[in-house]
Amino acid sequence: MDTTLNNFTIQVATVNGSGSQSANLVLLRSIFNMGIPCNGKNLFPSNIAGLPTWFTIRVDERGYACRRKDVDICVAMNENTIDADVNELAPGSVLIYNEALSYRPRREDLVVYPCPFTALAGKVTTEPKLKKLLTNMVYVGLLQELLGLDPVAVEQAVQKQFARKAKAVSLNLGALKEGVAFAREKLTKRDAFKVERRDLTAGKILIEGNAASALGALFGGCTVCAWYPITPSSSLPEAFIDLAGKHRHDKDGKATYAVIQAEDEIASLGMVLGAGWAGARAMTSTSGPGISLMTEFAGLAYFTETPGVVFDVQRAGPSTGLPTRTAQGDILKVACLSHGDTQHIVLMPASVEECFTFGMEAFDLADRFQTPVFVLTDLDLGMNVWMSDPFRYPEKPFDRGKVLSASDLERIGKFERYRDVDGDGIPYRTLPGNPHPLASWFARGSGHNEAAQYTEKPAEYKRKLERLARKFETAKSRVPAPIVKNGGDGEVGLLAYGTSHWAVLESCDQLAALGVKADYARLRALPLPDAVEQFLASHRRVYVVEQNQSGQMMALLRMHFPAHAGKLRSILHYDGMPLDAATVTEQIAACEKESAN
Amino acid sequence: MTTTPVAEATKANLNRAGLDKAAYKGSKSTLCAGCGHDAITNHIITAFYELGVEPQSVAKFSGIGCSSKTPAYFLSRSCGFNSVHGRMPAVATGALTANRQLIGVGVSGDGDSASIGLNHMCQIFRRNVRMLYIVENNGVYGLTKGQFSATADVGSRQKGGALNDYEPIDTCALAIELGCGYVARSFSGDGKQLVPLLKGALSHNGLAFIDVISPCVTFNNHDGSTKSYDFVKEHDIRLHELGFVPHYEEVSVEYDEGTTTRVDLPDGSYLTLKKLERTYDPFDKRSALSTLAASRASNELLTGLLFLDENRPTLDQRMKLTERPLIELTEADLRPGRAVLEEIMETYR
Repeated sequence: MDTTLNNFTIQVATVNGSGSQSANLVLLRSIFNMGIPCNGKNLFPSNIAGLPTWFTIRVDERGYACRRKDVDICVAMNENTIDADVNELAPGSVLIYNEALSYRPRREDLVVYPCPFTALAGKVTTEPKLKKLLTNMVYVGLLQELLGLDPVAVEQAVQKQFARKAKAVSLNLGALKEGVAFAREKLTKRDAFKVERRDLTAGKILIEGNAASALGALFGGCTVCAWYPITPSSSLPEAFIDLAGKHRHDKDGKATYAVIQAEDEIASLGMVLGAGWAGARAMTSTSGPGISLMTEFAGLAYFTETPGVVFDVQRAGPSTGLPTRTAQGDILKVACLSHGDTQHIVLMPASVEECFTFGMEAFDLADRFQTPVFVLTDLDLGMNVWMSDPFRYPEKPFDRGKVLSASDLERIGKFERYRDVDGDGIPYRTLPGNPHPLASWFARGSGHNEAAQYTEKPAEYKRKLERLARKFETAKSRVPAPIVKNGGDGEVGLLAYGTSHWAVLESCDQLAALGVKADYARLRALPLPDAVEQFLASHRRVYVVEQNQSGQMMALLRMHFPAHAGKLRSILHYDGMPLDAATVTEQIAACEKESAN
Repeated sequence: MTTTPVAEATKANLNRAGLDKAAYKGSKSTLCAGCGHDAITNHIITAFYELGVEPQSVAKFSGIGCSSKTPAYFLSRSCGFNSVHGRMPAVATGALTANRQLIGVGVSGDGDSASIGLNHMCQIFRRNVRMLYIVENNGVYGLTKGQFSATADVGSRQKGGALNDYEPIDTCALAIELGCGYVARSFSGDGKQLVPLLKGALSHNGLAFIDVISPCVTFNNHDGSTKSYDFVKEHDIRLHELGFVPHYEEVSVEYDEGTTTRVDLPDGSYLTLKKLERTYDPFDKRSALSTLAASRASNELLTGLLFLDENRPTLDQRMKLTERPLIELTEADLRPGRAVLEEIMETYR
């Protein structure tokens, strides 16, 4: 039998609330500890307990990190989904199932390993709740034996997962041993999947995007965090609370940060604006429905020119839609969130590392441009576990922007809040509490002139809008530039942003194997820098890959670069699941075939 | 900074901050002549001037509506933030958290606070943010030309005759219920009562809420209105005669202990409450609430200090916030060192 080494997918099907997450993370970390690149995705329902949930692990020593739709090894622990789970398996796949379920194998074309998981867990404990939890660890033991996982690597993962709590470690190791022993004594390996130690993960980390964004906020100097709970965003401010609680105190032990759980997302952004206006680095974190509620304040921030950072961990659908499924469906709305003419700076990290660096950068940009800055991630990036190089310590000092102190005012002798003194569209500001008699000004969303005085004069309002546009133009050269990967001959270009990156990376290789050579530009921010237009100009066909149904980034590209609108093609994915490479490759290959004919 | 020499003749008008009253004024009001809000603006100017508050240490906040325009009409040397409809409490909470040395003054209206922003008002009571929160209450939406607000009394009539039959929201009762530690009601035309209440509010450690009945001369000053000048004058029952003695006053003020209660405030200032017709205890939450309920039933407008509790922790205190304003913290204070990042990275390996 052929061996498939360090390249396969595992999908564990369980019931939400059954405690499988710990076991799945142990499995993931065991493979990681063996030096093999891997990542895990939790495909979970909007539910506390009872509904089906799946955890997928992709092991790939080539480093491909996007989801793979096909399942090589299925661990079926859920009575309610096992029939469907089994039906979806390709011939030759492995099925491991819990014999306590009523399922009896019907397919001849699978490698099937039945296992009495529940009974084996019962040998470790008789306490029902604990037994349910430990059942999950038994399948980790079974897989350890079948896949050839290094017992030391697995034990380290157990120690880490249970934070060295002796009793939990001992119970879980007990359950693990039952799985190993069963596989050794009762099963004969009949499948091809194996792992073999490599040295590809040394020094690397496994982290969720929301935790990485929170780290960005911590090292970016955020002092005020106002938020309202919403999936899939909540774990970001919660990580910030945890980090700040550990690392942000003065010499007397008092907090050098403030976290306020607001009454709603409206108040969250209102608090951020108040804090930003007063001179603090402030943030909120939300998802699509929260963004909708923040709309009015986003416009006020834009027109009063108040800094603030908004993380939007995107999800699919409206409030009762698919809150636990991923999408890139907010980009068009966020790009010009609010009423009237508004355009926002938007950062679009693709990796956990960029969650960290953009998380810091967002505060610099907000202060520099005196405007709200949106950091758009998604559920796939925010809540799933990604492998990454360790985050590098920031070398760039804070950029607090154009803030005038009392001594600055004394030296300059005059102050007009909204005067474009430097010609870059960015005015100077003072902070409330500045003791200089010239310092005061009145922030208002309504019409105001350069001296921040109320006005309804057409010429003054027009000048204000034009200066804001100039400021947005200045931002083009300050936001993260696109990253271009050359591989083509000027015929075909691919554009993507955020988590679509990982599927496109793999797809580029798949397309090359099919004879389609493409260049790839990854967009990282709005406003779209000039390099984007150059990329469009230098290709005959450009495929815009995104995770929404309406081609939102393509709409923005068409709006900003109408001369190139005709060469843009949409490659879309919008079923709520993370994007996979095959979906991209198949659509592009089909379009290319059509172009060739 | 340069100081202009002041002529001896005018020195008498300077307060302890060395400023005359004009330094506390703002731009010219654009409200209707006779608007109650303009009277409140003047009382605010008087209170801040007499207390000798440094205007630059004040931050003004408002939402949207006639009342929310008024922060532009007082304390022009203070920064201000005219925000969106109903959300003033959120903006003020953020700003005052970011800089705990600012003296916060929020001005809102009955539409702003009792309808679109009701949630935010209730939540700021719970949080006990250290600031003065004034509602200029006229029972109507003025800028949109006279619709009823949520504080309009049952049975009151619009200018065109339409009857309000919805229960009013009593913002003071809500404030007391939700744990606000300084709750007062007054009338725009009663500076003798309102100025000491404003001064007392600025000495309070926490949220000080004052609902000020402020007649709208254009849309709600007719017969049948319960927020007209005539109606308020007829139904106003002052709970006590108020006096305020600031902490920096060296002379002691004589008062009759038999009829006057001294109410000490955290900064050493105190209010004097001289008994009028009725006995009223502003320290008893239950009796304050039942007295307010009874007054509504009997169509009385009770004004004065309704409730006081100086023992509630503020938001800053609950968060154990550092004494230095957060905005003064530098990169050295805020960005953890290399070792911390490395230690955190290790937890993810």
